[in-house]
Amino acid sequence: MENKEEKIEKREKKEKVPRQPMPEQDPKARIGNFDEVPYGYSAETAIIEAKRCIQCKKPSCVAGCPVDVDIPGFIKLIAEGKFIEAAWKLKETNALPAVCGRVCPQEDQCEKVCVLGKKGDPVAIGRLERFAADYERSTGKIEIPKVAAPTGKKIAIVGAGPAGLTIAGDLVKVGHDVTVFEALHKAGGVLIYGIPEFRLPKAIVDAEVNYLEKLGVKIVLNAAIGRLKTVDDLFAEGFNAVFLGVGAGAPVFMNIPGENLSGIYSANEYLTRSNLMKAYRFPEFDTPIAKGKNVAVIGGGNVAMDSVRTALRLGADNAYIIYRRSKKEMPARIEEIHHAEEEGVQFNFLTNPIEYIGDENGWVKQMVCNRMELGEPDESGRRRPIVIKGSEFTIDVDTVVVAIGTTANPVIPRTTPGLEVNKWGYIVTKDGSGETTRQGVYAGGDIVTGSATVILAMGAGRQAAKAIDSYVRSL
Amino acid sequence: MYKIIEKKYLQDIVVKMVFEAPEIARKRKAGQFIVLMIDDKGERIPLTIVDSDSEKGTLTIIFQIVGKTTACLAQLNAGDYIKHVLGPLGHPTEIENFGTSVCVGGGVGVGVIYPIAAALKKAGNKVISIIGARTKDILILEDEMRNVSDRLLVATDDGSYGFHGFVSAVLQNLIDSGEKIDRVFAIGPVPMMRVICNVTKPYNIKTIVSLNPIMVDATGMCGACRVSVGGKTKFGCVDGPEFDGHEVDFGLLMSRLRMYNEQEKQSMDLCRCAENGK
Repeated sequence: MENKEEKIEKREKKEKVPRQPMPEQDPKARIGNFDEVPYGYSAETAIIEAKRCIQCKKPSCVAGCPVDVDIPGFIKLIAEGKFIEAAWKLKETNALPAVCGRVCPQEDQCEKVCVLGKKGDPVAIGRLERFAADYERSTGKIEIPKVAAPTGKKIAIVGAGPAGLTIAGDLVKVGHDVTVFEALHKAGGVLIYGIPEFRLPKAIVDAEVNYLEKLGVKIVLNAAIGRLKTVDDLFAEGFNAVFLGVGAGAPVFMNIPGENLSGIYSANEYLTRSNLMKAYRFPEFDTPIAKGKNVAVIGGGNVAMDSVRTALRLGADNAYIIYRRSKKEMPARIEEIHHAEEEGVQFNFLTNPIEYIGDENGWVKQMVCNRMELGEPDESGRRRPIVIKGSEFTIDVDTVVVAIGTTANPVIPRTTPGLEVNKWGYIVTKDGSGETTRQGVYAGGDIVTGSATVILAMGAGRQAAKAIDSYVRSL
Repeated sequence: MYKIIEKKYLQDIVVKMVFEAPEIARKRKAGQFIVLMIDDKGERIPLTIVDSDSEKGTLTIIFQIVGKTTACLAQLNAGDYIKHVLGPLGHPTEIENFGTSVCVGGGVGVGVIYPIAAALKKAGNKVISIIGARTKDILILEDEMRNVSDRLLVATDDGSYGFHGFVSAVLQNLIDSGEKIDRVFAIGPVPMMRVICNVTKPYNIKTIVSLNPIMVDATGMCGACRVSVGGKTKFGCVDGPEFDGHEVDFGLLMSRLRMYNEQEKQSMDLCRCAENGK
């Protein structure tokens, strides 16, 4: 009896340690550079934070993770000061922990269901994940686990993004011969072209890709499957299974007048120029980008936040978010919105562009917008924005980034007979396995679900890896 | 890495280059293009494939030195390497026996129209080719074009060779002479393609043009290459590069091509390759 009380008391004491903040670059300084915003935990802070975890016997956090990371397990190792071991524990189930520690929406996944969150702040699982992965990388003691004996089965992965990299890691570890085909000149997919340096340093992505190559994954760059080779060609070359993780690559525009004026970008283009092509370092790098003074970004998601914060760093005096609903409905992570606010982004809620006006050179100079109000909830559960009649007004802009989403790129479905797609062009799969309507062809990530998150794509890669493994072994 | 096998100046600022890219060479069809990057700091630029040899595994490109990337590319020699080459991209040219096909090529566009003329000839068309340049010295591929055409007409803006005037005037004369034309392919500078379309439109002769908008990834991901065709936005990279010229908004294409003029000049000024010249 006494003993039990003691235990409870001990637990209460533990909870009193507050969630440890992560130091960050000062907002005024950071809008002048592309360096990463948060600095990460020190070893001392990481241990303090790790000790907050009460090591639940039935951890709900693990159930909240799409790739089933042993969260209490790696946190315990950090609490014991075994940082490298913590990183290895993470890598048992997560091929990209340094990435996930930075870009996963933990507040909607593992941290959302953390027991400590019921009364206070949840354990900072993401920050701890990042700490362990960064520690391992900084010491250079990257462990390359033993892979199983070769199975003699060849698997082709199309797209070197989060889904493809995850499945590649999983399948190579169990002994398959894995080749990843990537259309761009660098592996990483959205991690390389989409997410900016200040949120995910590219050196981290390179290191994670390098790790996979050391495991034995072959990566073929500049290989546009559907053009250079079709899926049929891959089977003819002797691949036993093909995984399509090509992303939801095609940008969506609003199809309003003036949208093709110079100075108007899709977010994909704007971010690709800046991130993949390093246009922010022009002319050291050859690819240019418009360094607008008055930049409007249309949309309210993470990609919109990435774009508008990039605009600030490229020297914008005014960087606007134009969003047709209110702050409450914004799909962006709270942390991203918070960072954007700190950096001086101006939010125009309940505003929707209807036309762009150009100057005599065909360059955008103004956008005409409507004011909106919120009506009844729509099928997404968010209140539907309705135009307020007669509310038209203009905003002076010289650069616009349209960040309202992406859709399926049709090149692979068009060149792959027997591959069924739905009415939006996304590949149809059997739930939970990634199995498509074509035998031996699997798919996962945004090309199946539509635009989602890095971790969900990785989760899909994980599921398909299991299905492909059993399929090729049955051949 | 893609090894350069041959480099040759066709004239002062126009270069022909042959390099190894066996997988692309095997798949490539007339009208398709590649995107190349000279090195990891380079720009991704689209270039139409002029020729390919699936046995030797090589591709041929012809380009004009217009900016830093093309200036630096021209500095490379046989034995050097191009870092990245992606392709074959875009839809191949729709080739069939249309009857009489006229192939109009202007400037470096002659290099692009050449494989199309050859394919049309092979498909049984009567091929009449009209090629032009500002002046005689910079005219390219005259012999090659003659070899794949039933008739070759040449024009120079300054009258130094062939017809004195634009290729569009030669086409107009051809129409006026009563030649029954079933299809026109026009590839060259945007103003030339626009004028050719203006010539053929009143006669309802279907005219195919190959557009060269600015591209980044060239796989349909970024939309840098948006063009307006028949009032609809299309992506030059995946929907094109060839479109019905009568539907194309050439004014928009031209203004979007000017988008980075200032930066392109800055880049060129800083570039040592450009100073060295030939």
